[in-house]
Amino acid sequence: MKNIGIISCKELKSYLTSPMAYIVTAIFLALSGTSFATYLAGTNYADTSIRGFLEAGQILILLFAAVLTMRLIAEEKKLGTWELLLTVPVRDTEIILGKFIGSLAMLTGMLLLTFYYPILLMVFGDPDLGPIITSYLGLFLLGSAALAIGIFASSLTSNQIVSAVVAGGIFFTLWFLGIAGNFAPGALGELLSYLSLSRHFPDFVRGVVDTKAVVYYLSVTAIFLYLAIRSTETDRWR
Amino acid sequence: MIRIQNLTKYYGKHLAVDDISFNVEKGEIVGFLGPNAAGKTTTMRIIAGYLMPTRGDVWVADYNMASHSLDGRRLIGYMPEIVPLYTNMTTRAYLYFVARLRGLHKKRTKIRIDEVVETCHLEDYIDVIIGKLSKGFRQRVGLAQAIIHDPEVLILDEPTIGIDPIQVAQTRGLIKEMGKQRTILLSTHILPEVSMICERVIIIHEGRIVAQDRIENLSTLLKGGNRIRLKVQGPVEKVTDRLRQLHGIRAVSYEKPYHIVEYPSDQELRGEITEDLVRNGWTLLAMESVEMSLEDIFLSLTTAEVKG
Repeated sequence: MKNIGIISCKELKSYLTSPMAYIVTAIFLALSGTSFATYLAGTNYADTSIRGFLEAGQILILLFAAVLTMRLIAEEKKLGTWELLLTVPVRDTEIILGKFIGSLAMLTGMLLLTFYYPILLMVFGDPDLGPIITSYLGLFLLGSAALAIGIFASSLTSNQIVSAVVAGGIFFTLWFLGIAGNFAPGALGELLSYLSLSRHFPDFVRGVVDTKAVVYYLSVTAIFLYLAIRSTETDRWR
Repeated sequence: MIRIQNLTKYYGKHLAVDDISFNVEKGEIVGFLGPNAAGKTTTMRIIAGYLMPTRGDVWVADYNMASHSLDGRRLIGYMPEIVPLYTNMTTRAYLYFVARLRGLHKKRTKIRIDEVVETCHLEDYIDVIIGKLSKGFRQRVGLAQAIIHDPEVLILDEPTIGIDPIQVAQTRGLIKEMGKQRTILLSTHILPEVSMICERVIIIHEGRIVAQDRIENLSTLLKGGNRIRLKVQGPVEKVTDRLRQLHGIRAVSYEKPYHIVEYPSDQELRGEITEDLVRNGWTLLAMESVEMSLEDIFLSLTTAEVKG
């Protein structure tokens, strides 16, 4: 446990001392903010919800996760520090979880910065807080699944660009499974829909916390973290 | 302290380490010598717990590195060939991070950072970003991280590569100093370095151990006899033939402008050779005995291996 803390602290610090995290946060806030505002303007300020933010946010958070995680392992491999991490008395699981928690803290920080959207709504209107809270839970779960996928992608390569592209590929595949699910017949269609990254988020937006959806996101997170750990172990046997 | 038995490592189909076995006793400084791509780095990576062997076993103290890797790693300080540095951290932050991962408490970490910074002469660079340090200082930071937890075993992969001669001398001094209380395995392809620092040497070539012994034994072992170098004024062919006919001479070769003569170490033939040459009317211009340097040993071992 202590080792996980040490590694996640180091990751969080290195995010805060490098420009990359600030740049993606700024882009995230600018784009999601624009979407938030134009949606409100579009409804003539009748619908006081954060729907506009969420429409853009669910996509942007994937981009954010890919950029945030691409360096986590790939850069270590390039610098040679991966060899250091794998020869100190720390378990592979602790390394991966430390990196995951470090990036999750960064993501949480960024989500906190978007709290001014609902705060604005509360100041100038009377928003329904239920869906807002569940939407944030949904974003957090979606984000953590995306981070886990990104970490797995980063564990495959020493090239950060390759890592980001692989993560993007997995996002798109999982995202569009939902569309495939619409066309596929019967049980197969339902299965594909369930596996889709895009399928479960609308529930949270409507204010519904479905156990199946929560289990889905947590499973995706766990599976890809597990794959990242296995990929690290495999490195030793190559 | 380190025990290696029948270690073999394949990268895919490429055989990097081929069934090697050796021990490093407690308190020894052992040099691991070989040309590039001989399998030194692979072997050290396996000892350090970075890679798993294809076959064979490695024990550090009494921990098998395959089944008790974490316990083994606690005892080892490891400096890889590519010094693993976070270039955006300060030296202090970096050492702090490594020390904490090595399991040192916060208080102990602070004390140890001060100590290793003094040992490695990094006082003036402790708060400098590592990316701004020169190669030599980066090497020292690499050494500092390897000893931060005061390990019993040190594994140093090419610790003096790529730094200037003055720093090389300092680094060697440092290693010798550290070797007083520790077991050290260090790799290098620089021969004089081995004779300067190490007590024992293991020579590896194409994944196999071609020789291992104490340095002084190694040169006599390989010599197995006397070698002298003659400069003779006279017809080369005839002189060679004549020398070959002399009783007790094992081998004669000619490397312009010298004749190299070898004879068993229990005989002294220099007098007879001189007399014989003079009797034939040739003038002996020079005669000296040739010590085999580590370089020669290395070359003869590795080239013999190629032929075999």
